[in-house]
This record gives sequence, C-alpha cells and structure tokens, in this order.
Amino acid sequence: MAVDRLLPTEESTDLLDLVRDLCEHELAPYAAKAEESEAFPREAFRTLGKAGLLGLPYPEQYGGADQPYEVYLQMLEEIAAAWMSVGVGLSVHTMTSYAVATRGTEEQRARFLPDMIGGELLGAYALSEPQAGSDISSMTTKAVRDGDEYVLTGTKSWITHGSHADFYTTFARTSADPKHGISAFHVPATSAGLSFGAPERKMGLTGSTTTLVNFDQVRVPADHLIGAEGDGMRIALSALDSGRLGIAACAVGLAQAALDCAASYALERKQFGHAIADFQGMQFLLADMAAAVESARATYLQAARRRDLGRSFTQQAAIAKLVCTDAAMKVTTDAVQVLGGYGYTRDFPAERYMREAKVTQIFEGTNQIQRLVISRDLLRSVR
Amino acid sequence: MKIVVCAKFVPDATADRRFRSEDNTVDRAGVDGLLSELDEYAVEAALTVKENGDAEVTVLTVGPEQAADAVKKGLQMGADAGVHVIDDAIHGSDAVATSLILAKALSKLEADLVVFGMGSTDGGMGVVPAMVAERLGLPAVTLGSEVTVDGTTVKIRRDGDLASDTVEGTLPLVLSVSDQANEPRYPSFKGIMAAKKKPVETWSLADLELSGDQVGQAAAWTEVVEVTARPPRTAGTIVADEDGSGAAQLVEFLSTNKFL
Repeated sequence: MAVDRLLPTEESTDLLDLVRDLCEHELAPYAAKAEESEAFPREAFRTLGKAGLLGLPYPEQYGGADQPYEVYLQMLEEIAAAWMSVGVGLSVHTMTSYAVATRGTEEQRARFLPDMIGGELLGAYALSEPQAGSDISSMTTKAVRDGDEYVLTGTKSWITHGSHADFYTTFARTSADPKHGISAFHVPATSAGLSFGAPERKMGLTGSTTTLVNFDQVRVPADHLIGAEGDGMRIALSALDSGRLGIAACAVGLAQAALDCAASYALERKQFGHAIADFQGMQFLLADMAAAVESARATYLQAARRRDLGRSFTQQAAIAKLVCTDAAMKVTTDAVQVLGGYGYTRDFPAERYMREAKVTQIFEGTNQIQRLVISRDLLRSVR
Repeated sequence: MKIVVCAKFVPDATADRRFRSEDNTVDRAGVDGLLSELDEYAVEAALTVKENGDAEVTVLTVGPEQAADAVKKGLQMGADAGVHVIDDAIHGSDAVATSLILAKALSKLEADLVVFGMGSTDGGMGVVPAMVAERLGLPAVTLGSEVTVDGTTVKIRRDGDLASDTVEGTLPLVLSVSDQANEPRYPSFKGIMAAKKKPVETWSLADLELSGDQVGQAAAWTEVVEVTARPPRTAGTIVADEDGSGAAQLVEFLSTNKFL
C-alpha cells in the first residue's frame, strides 16, 4: 500500500513519484535475491546517483537537492521499504557527506561535494573501532602530521560499504586529549595502505557489505582534514544526530513493508472457511502494527521538522531512533506471526524483515545509548 | 529540427479504472493518471535524436486538466517545451477527432518529426499515428523497434511475426515506436527542477481554428452503447489426487478448456 504522505511542495511530490517509480522497478524486484546471495547492490546506488538522489538534503549548488529533512527522510523511508540494505546505505552515504558539507572549507565543498552528492560515488563512514563502539573517546586510530600530509594508522570496524566505497569519511586521533583529540578526514578509496577485512557474516542486511578497514600508513594531503584539528568528536556526534533520523526513517520503511506483507497475506489466507483477516484476533494484531508504524513515522517527522526549523533536535532524534527501531522489531516479529509457518520460511520476506529489524536497535547508537541521550537532555532541562 | 512527441494522459493501469455512467466514456478526471507508459518510449526516442544532433523536443497532449501531468513528465525526462490542448468540447472524442486536433496542433508547431508511442494503454487502438500522417500528407513509419535518424533520413526496423523489415523515410514524417525501441530514462531531480521553468502553452480548439462540433462525443463515428463491468474472478478448480486419478482429471480439465 502506498503511504499517503503530506509533502510540503509540488517538487517534493514529484520527487516522491520518481522515488516510488525507482523503488518499484529498480529496487524491489532485486532485493530478495541479492540479500539471499549476499550480493552488494552497487548498481542500485548508481541508479540513485543518476536520478540525483544521493544528496537530497544538501545544497543544490554542490549537486544536492536542497530538500528539508522532512522530505529527505520520507524518500529514504520509501527506499528502505523497497530494499532495506539500500535504504541504510543511502542513510550512511548521506552522513558521510555531512562533515564536508557542514564543516568543510568553501574550497573543500566545491572540490569534494559535487562528486560525493551529485554524482555516483558511494561513501563510507569510518568511526567505530573494535574497542571503540558506543565509547568513541577510546578511539586509537592515529593521524600524524608529516609535512603536507597526514599519515593514518589504525583499524576501523563495522564499516558499512567497506571495500565498495569510493571514499571513507574517517575519524582519527591527532592528540591524546580524550574529547578534543579527534579529527575528521576525507580519505579517497584509492589511497595506498587501505585494506579491508573479510565481510562480516551478519544476521541480516546481508546484501550490504560490512568490513574492518585497516589504515596502514595511509597518507592523505593535509587539506583533506575537515574542520580544525580536534573538531572530530563534535562533527561525529552532530552527524550522528542526523544519521539517527535516517535510521529511524529506514526502520519505519521496513515496518511498513512488513505490515503491507502481513495485511495482504491475512486477506488471502483462508482458515475455517474465512480469510484470517476476518478474525478479530488477527484484526487487532494488524491494528497494533499499523498504530506502531504510524506513530513511529510521526515521531521521526516531528524531529525532522525541528531540524528543518533550526531548533535543537538531539533528544528528539534519539527518541525517534528508539521508538522507530523498537517499532520495527515489534512489527516485523508480528508480521512473521501473521504469516504463521510460512512466515518462518525464506519463501516469504517476513523473516528477512525481522532479521533486518534487529540491527536497527543496535547501530547508529544502541537503543541503550539513545536512552542515555534522552535522559541526559531531560534531566538537564529539569534541573 | 523540431520534434514533437504526441503523448497521452491515461488512467493508471495499476489503480482503479472505470467508465463514467452518464456517457460510457473512460473516467479521466476522477482517477489517478499518468503519461501512458507506451508514450515514454516516444519521449525517449525523441530525446535520443536530440542528443545526437540539434533538435528541440516539444511534448504535445490533448486532454483534461490533469493531462498536464503527462506533459510535465515529458519535460522532467528532458523535453524542452510543452503544449496542452484543452477544451471541454473535446470530451468523448474518438480516434478520428483526436487525429484532427493533433494534426492542427502539429501544423501550428511546424513539426519536422512527429513521434508517437505504439498505442495508448487505455484505448489501445494504435491508429492515431497513421491518421495524423494522412491528415498532414506526411509519410508514416510506424511501430519501429529500432530507430536511427541520420540527417533528414529516418530508418526504422519493424519486427513482425515472420520477418523484420527496414523502412526508411525522409523528414518531415510521422514516426511511431514500439516498446522494444529503447529503455525510457527516469527523470532526475535536476530534471524535475528544470521542468518547472520550461514553457508550456495551453491551446483551446479556437486556437486551432476548430469548432466544438467537429470533435467530442457528438462527432464520434462510433458510440459505446453499453458498459458492463468484468465479473469478479471466480474461485479456481482444485483437482485433489485422492485415488490416483488426479493426473487424468487434470488432463481432462485442460483439454476441456482447450488449454491442450
């Protein structure tokens, strides 16, 4: 079922038509097979790039589409509903451009952004490390200035698009200061000394490649430092606020896909002489799923509108991430229940949706971290 | 070169489609509609010619207010300008009247190359390109599954059941392309934004020196006298193999229904 969306402009409505067209013809038909065979959908990202969809929230002068988050996130939701790995990938890619777009110099923006957001390049976000997940400050990857270059050494983990990306927005330590010792770098994939671990064998999002990324004396020109030395933590945390909204929208798309799958199955499946959708027990289950999807969507849109108005949205983004991903877990699990035995098989997409939902509660800040963010903001405002 | 693509706004085949009860014409106003998918091939063919040479592409449509969406889609794909012929008197026009309106508009546009899709996804007659060519006194090369334009020469390949033939004509001419001719491009965000600034003219019948009694339902050569909705699909036949006779029953069913 197409979601009846409230969009602010004619151009965003046209954009939605284009996104739906692409989802229906270029993404959805290929998702199940690619996920089953763990094939990375590089071509799908090229298709999105050709259509100008890899930089939706960024300025038009650099090749973006200048869309408010309210619009970008709804497009992202549509794409995630068609193919979660591509939705998550687009969210990650959008975050990779954030550092240059918001903290880069004018010269860096003009040089890097057109290819990053207006072309067909794909980005990766190299922040996490084996021992620095939720606790970014324990990062050990180092960047040492050497003449006109920085030399990066260390290992990043859980990197979405690892080995497929064209550039890595990388965070590394330029001093020992726990909070002000981290800096951000634009690292082209062609840099010598970059290597990758074997793809992680994941429970879901199997089409999306996740690897370790090793930096062995990787040299980047000094003008690839984004922002000032020591700005990295602030850039990373601020990018995460927006990235969380992206994941929230993807989770809602996934939940919507699961709900659509369950509702159409319930109308077709007959037991005791009736479609199972005729039974109130099933109707209540579907109603709860629909309520979870709709309220989750409203939650991320509220945070997006705050962002678009320039208001603080850190707490709202954390709430959206928590609410939307928990909703996705619940709705996809219930979708498997609606499909019964068939839901447990790989012949129907419900079990895949359920596997894909789980990681949304973990990445871009675990839902426990979201609760920390929410309570910290809450108590600060009460004190 | 001036290329004009004749494009039709049709009810979305994947949504609810119906006839108006008062006059048995297709309901075009109260349903979701879009640029006929078969006409996307015509737009693509025109844009390809443009990319390979110097040409201007205009999308021409005849239809109610919502038909502006068909023009808009063509502009988003990359056409340069649009013309929308709209007039209450056009409602209910048959293919003959449609070809009259299009021919008048095409003369006014001074088209060198007129491109059609192979048919509409609603009416599905596929006769309008030939009718328009006849009215304009132009050659018609129709149902091209491969098109090459070299200078003023248009060459197409027509794929038939038994053979393929290559047909050639000289501009000005009327061309129609099949759904094998190309892979229509998607619009892009840039295309969507650019389309908003492209010129679209709205013409009435008077602008084409036509009067209301030459077109519309009253002037139609045929009339739909009755419309009956297709009956809902009935439950299928289930052959249960309880005593080993299932295969025989299946064969019997298939042969009785002439599937074998």
